[in-house]
Amino acid sequence: MNTQGKVFKYPDNVDTDVIIPARYLNTPDAKELSLHCMEDIDAEFVKNVNAGDVIVSGWNFGCGSSREHAPLVIKTCGTGCVIAKSFARIFYRNAINIGLPILECEAAAAEISAGDEVSVDFDTGVITDVTTGKTYKAQPFPPFIQNIIKSGGLLKSLKEGEKNG
Amino acid sequence: MTQKILAAHAGLESVVAGQLINAKLDIVLGNDITTPVAVNEFNKAGFESVFDKDRVAIVLDHFVPNKDIKAAEQSKTCREFACAHCVSHFYDVGKMGIEHALLPEQGVVTAGDCIIGADSHTCTYGALGAFSTGVGSTDMAAGMATGMAWFKVPTAIKFNLTGKLPSNCSGKDVILMIIGMIGVDGALYKSMEFTGDGVRSLSMDDRLCICNMAIEAGAKNGVFPVDDVTLSYLNGRSERAPVIFEADADAEYEKVIDIDLSAVVPTVACPHLPENTRPAGELGGIKVDQVVIGSCTNGRMEDVEAAYKILKDKKVADGVRCIIIPATMRIYRECLERGFITAFIDAGAVVSTPTCGPCLGGYMGILASGERCIATTNRNFVGRMGHVDSEVYLASPHTAAASAVTGFITEYRGA
Repeated sequence: MNTQGKVFKYPDNVDTDVIIPARYLNTPDAKELSLHCMEDIDAEFVKNVNAGDVIVSGWNFGCGSSREHAPLVIKTCGTGCVIAKSFARIFYRNAINIGLPILECEAAAAEISAGDEVSVDFDTGVITDVTTGKTYKAQPFPPFIQNIIKSGGLLKSLKEGEKNG
Repeated sequence: MTQKILAAHAGLESVVAGQLINAKLDIVLGNDITTPVAVNEFNKAGFESVFDKDRVAIVLDHFVPNKDIKAAEQSKTCREFACAHCVSHFYDVGKMGIEHALLPEQGVVTAGDCIIGADSHTCTYGALGAFSTGVGSTDMAAGMATGMAWFKVPTAIKFNLTGKLPSNCSGKDVILMIIGMIGVDGALYKSMEFTGDGVRSLSMDDRLCICNMAIEAGAKNGVFPVDDVTLSYLNGRSERAPVIFEADADAEYEKVIDIDLSAVVPTVACPHLPENTRPAGELGGIKVDQVVIGSCTNGRMEDVEAAYKILKDKKVADGVRCIIIPATMRIYRECLERGFITAFIDAGAVVSTPTCGPCLGGYMGILASGERCIATTNRNFVGRMGHVDSEVYLASPHTAAASAVTGFITEYRGA
């Protein structure tokens, strides 16, 4: 599994309120919500994002509310991956549960610039900045979490577990 | 202490930090924003029933009474799910309250519990000596179906509390000061354990407020030891028998931070992060357009009482809208019986039935561009209470009420 696309770069502490403002949370519809993805930090994001593009950010990405709508809108917009120095824990968990690929990599998050073309190999954790030619290695997930991702999310992995007794 | 609660719920003798465990849940919680997503996932995955109808709690609190048609549809989804699965702890308009004030008040959560909630402030119940943490809707759906959740056992930071708070300070000043000290990711993935001689001087409302904002330091949970204050709070309230866990004398902590409660001062978090804290006394020239007193952080009885003592026989400053929201119907009723609501209205404030509304910029107090609010809520992110160019300052009920009277951010110095 991999993704390749253009980089959108954001600072430290990107919170779930700017990822998807609560004023829109009167619907659970991911398509409708995704029209407002990143609206309060980057009103142009939704217009400019293409399938496979990559969000690169600093420390504590996704802090704040537990709303699963946050990783869901990022995924629904077509974003292929989020790379950050660290993730807030509920966002981290939610991203895994809904199948949004995320990678923690301090060096990549520090050095990759907005607009760079980046490719990510999720199996190896290798991040390549195609524009600069530099490669980075992200922390791999523990096997337990890799299983959830491979199954296509938490509920599917639970159902598989039921079937396999 | 967190590790002991988790070990007991995972059926293990002991656990170590970093270990992945599967733990049995005592309560699984959701609200009117997160539950519809969970219901959708629950149904899509083909689950037919909840693991225990008495261990699921669904509280309509974010956008109720329904703010618009879409919110009404979300409430309806929750109501129909609760009815179909005979969820015994379903709280609709008339008996609802803000979830994290309501569940402790109603005795739904107790000491020793392992709780997940699809709301980040679920960490509040650590004040009762429980392990309690926020999750997303998919985890809620899985928890409702199986009664289990996976956790990575966290490391812990110990906050050793000594002394006693000055009378113009409360739990809110303590937690804002701590977040200012360690930062919004200072406890990321970790447990915040509050101990020490100072604990006994903190009321249950102070402790609930402190644990409530553990998430604002990035923590997985916050937890207080169980003492006489806890037991007298739980007595006659708790649906299930409390189970008391204690930290070992030689428990390992990643860090120990000493907090002298007597040195705490009224503290305000400036825009746009809860870590941007300053003493209220240094912010005197800042004019406010709105004051909000309420939320899962500070809508409890002691909070509205603090506001009452300051606003009684006073007037809200011209040009300031003061919105007071008791967090549960029981608190609302007590305010009514004790004359607080009359005093608030006479002061020129408005009093709403329980709702999370303004805290997250939903409704009931949205800010226009350039407007500034001092609020007893928990987040001051960009656009949190309305327009992206508005500002939220976080403070205690004392500071917020005193600021409502002057129209400027004001340190309350006592009666």
